[in-house]
Amino acid sequence: MSMHEPARQMNLSHSRESADTPRLPSLLPIRANGVVLEIDGNRLVDAIDLELSADKLTVLMGPNGAGKSLLLRLMHGLVAPSAGKITFDGLAMSDEVRRRQAMVFQRPVLLRRSVAANVDFALKIRRHASPAERDKLLDLVGLLDRAKQPARALSGGEQQRLALARALATEPDVLFLDEPTASLDPHSIELIEQIVLLAHRQGTKVIFVTHDVGQGRRLADEVVFLHLGRLVEQTPAKRFFSDPASREGKAYLEGKLVL
Amino acid sequence: MQDFAEPFRLALALVTAGDADLFEIIALSLRVSLLAMAIACVLGLPLGALLAVTRFPGRSVVLVLVNALMGLPPVVVGLIVYLYLSRSGPFGWLGLLYTPTAMIIAQVILITPIIAALSRQVLEDLHTEYAEQFRSLSVPRRTVISALVWDGRYSLLTVALAGFGRAVAEVGAVIIVGGNIDHLTRVMTTAIALETSKGDLALALALGFVLLVIALTVNGLVMALRLTAGRHVHA
Ligand SMILES: Nc1ncnc2c1ncn2[C@@H]1O[C@H](COP(=O)(O)OP(=O)(O)OP(=O)(O)O)[C@@H](O)[C@H]1O
Ligand SMILES: [Mg+2]
Repeated sequence: MSMHEPARQMNLSHSRESADTPRLPSLLPIRANGVVLEIDGNRLVDAIDLELSADKLTVLMGPNGAGKSLLLRLMHGLVAPSAGKITFDGLAMSDEVRRRQAMVFQRPVLLRRSVAANVDFALKIRRHASPAERDKLLDLVGLLDRAKQPARALSGGEQQRLALARALATEPDVLFLDEPTASLDPHSIELIEQIVLLAHRQGTKVIFVTHDVGQGRRLADEVVFLHLGRLVEQTPAKRFFSDPASREGKAYLEGKLVL
Repeated sequence: MQDFAEPFRLALALVTAGDADLFEIIALSLRVSLLAMAIACVLGLPLGALLAVTRFPGRSVVLVLVNALMGLPPVVVGLIVYLYLSRSGPFGWLGLLYTPTAMIIAQVILITPIIAALSRQVLEDLHTEYAEQFRSLSVPRRTVISALVWDGRYSLLTVALAGFGRAVAEVGAVIIVGGNIDHLTRVMTTAIALETSKGDLALALALGFVLLVIALTVNGLVMALRLTAGRHVHA
């Protein structure tokens, strides 16, 4: 499959559904209860209550500095909340839980190695890496012909695509994507959205941060809207984009909300 | 003041004539310093890596200590090793004093802190950059360290070179524990010191130039390696 023939029929998981592996507890719903994050006395995330269910693709929106990236970090266990708690199907965050999540960071950090080696690294951490699997992932994000190049020499958009391939290599049950298409061209955006929708259809819980309203419309089943570290609304996508419940959501969609 | 071109001519004459004594001295210098560097890397690199990725009480004290040890005065190290290895010292029975082994021991003590402290810095900087991504991927500790060492390999090569440079140019420690014995423990720096004290400035300068050329060659090789390899993987 090439970049020009989108990922519609591709199977993203490789080993998950083998019959003899015992069913792991689902990590869903993800529940946040009164989650607060304070750094140096600043309340950056303020008393967030939230429930994210398995079946919906969640899009996280809000102006710059609203706390979207921090909320992802909290849910991915990279920072611990100052108060409150986050559970995954009742389980507290642990290495075990985090291992079944993956994240594409707003600014991806790639290893100082080849494109292929970056994917191999993630594959090897989970299980045996095979070149075929790696090539499949690189093909998926349209980077197969760049496999031998140094990852750090890729363009910004290519780096984001590689970061997505690396995240998918871990076959996550929960996938956090922090503005993964922020510096992509329209064709690559289309490609990434296809991959994300495919992952969603195959049962991966996707939490997607974007500023792009059109993208939100295309992807979201529900929108979680943040402002000033607070959860302002959590609304089904159809409703959010036509008639948001909050004043802030309305102002944001009209391009009038700033932090 | 002698003719300044004279040492050049003499050095060239010694080298082109394939002077056996000269090459013996050069070979011993390289052997001692390269071995010392290799051993110091085996000891210092894991220590640096461990200090880079672990947090424990008293870590900052260890860091200060290792950094301070970078500046160990060679003569003091020479003196201490001498006391341990001399016939009345605790390790006198090994009979190592005035052997190349004694010189290697002294140089290992001198440059291990350099390797440890500099590699700690290199690996910690890299770790700061990678830490969150590694946590996200739940990379096991051992893989973290090997990945840092691999991705930092070019910088670490420079660190090893800094150690080699210090070892090969050092005179204070090796002259005390080696004794500058002809055909046995005479290396370039001790030979230079001897020739200078004998007033044979021309030969001393000639050896000095050879030492410089060796240092430049080794560094040039590493630079070339870094450039070619770096173009492919580093970026
Ligand atoms: N480590 C930190 N220390 C101090 N303040 C921080 C830290 N990380 C984030 N912040 C602050 O917290 C606020 C929320 O940051 P966050 O990165 O979550 O915003 P965001 O919603 O992702 O914004 P953007 O759309 O620009 O990516 C910002 O004001 C930021 O300056
Ligand atoms: Mg952000």
